[in-house]
Amino acid sequence: MHGGGASLGDSSASATRITPGFALRPEDIALAAKQGTARPGADVAEYALRLGDDALILAQRLGHWISRAPELEEDVALGNIALDQLGHARSFLTYAGSAWGKSEDDLAYFRREPEFRSAHLFEQPNGDFAATIARQFIAASYQFPLYRELAKSSDPMLAAIAAKAVKEVDYHLDHSTQWVLRLAGGTEESRRRMDAGLKLMWPFVGELFEDDPLTAKVGDAGVVPSSLKEEFDRGTGAVLAEAGLDVSGHPMATGGGRQGRHSEYLGFILAEMQVLAREFPGASW
Amino acid sequence: MSEGTSTEGATAAAGAGAHRWPLWEVFVRSSRGLSHVHAGSLHAPDASMALRNARDLYTRRNEGVSIWVVPSDAIAASDPDSKGAFFESPQGKDYRHATYYTKSEGVKHL
Repeated sequence: MHGGGASLGDSSASATRITPGFALRPEDIALAAKQGTARPGADVAEYALRLGDDALILAQRLGHWISRAPELEEDVALGNIALDQLGHARSFLTYAGSAWGKSEDDLAYFRREPEFRSAHLFEQPNGDFAATIARQFIAASYQFPLYRELAKSSDPMLAAIAAKAVKEVDYHLDHSTQWVLRLAGGTEESRRRMDAGLKLMWPFVGELFEDDPLTAKVGDAGVVPSSLKEEFDRGTGAVLAEAGLDVSGHPMATGGGRQGRHSEYLGFILAEMQVLAREFPGASW
Repeated sequence: MSEGTSTEGATAAAGAGAHRWPLWEVFVRSSRGLSHVHAGSLHAPDASMALRNARDLYTRRNEGVSIWVVPSDAIAASDPDSKGAFFESPQGKDYRHATYYTKSEGVKHL
């Protein structure tokens, strides 16, 4: 998670030269925090931590597909989505950490399992490609309206992070929607797998839209999770109807991720993600 | 990690890849006013997925504002072995270039 200089983005764009372009980077957020121009209160920091953990765990899961996807092109697509999520995680964690004098690396690599605030959906195993697409379809259908609304946050930094993230998640939603339709309308086997993937992942929808004292306390700085449910149901409903898939009978799991109660999977993810940083503290590469 | 299922899934998918996705040629336009330039090729099951794969493979570094994809087998190409007949006959025909001609006396500012 080491980046370049801390100056604001590249402004040397021209019509003919390819440049990285300008966008809010985690380094800019760290710089703003250091200069004292943007530092979140305790509640906003906790809220940012949730969003950052969701994205971080999903990025780690998706990264596992690199070199394992059905086609090279899909390898790159999932890798891109993983890196987008990692970028969102870096921004949210950098901002959250600035409230506690911690860096993004401190939060990603040196917290224990119960200190993570990610929802259970994001730690679910990749399964086969269809299961990953099911998880991705739910994740993007949740994150898209979330970031679009968060871009109007009363907290300017959360708004800026979300405004950048929503464009990327818009594409993630398109990608997973395309695949849900294709797998459902493909062969008998691909349809069976898509159906099975949704059955595995759908129980973790409920937790995403649960309100709790923190979401009430952050007020206008955050987004009330339950307020997004109707749009989620409408959006996913339309795609699933077109695909001829039915998720209405799937039961809901009990959540707990926001309180640090996780399923058996998160510990394994953290072991893999954190081992290097803990074995060689301060190492850079 | 307890990821046995994902490896299994990937292997099964690779086995099913016996019937491969068709090949597409990708053209990217880097900015307004420039034309689409051939960037490379890729595999995709259909045109809309080809566009998305092209976006992921060829515009990762801010290279484009527009993409075209064309099925590779829809492109008719000149025969690389007929280079002489196709491309060498204009050689030496310098009267086909504007610089061959001297300007007329009465024409100013040319």
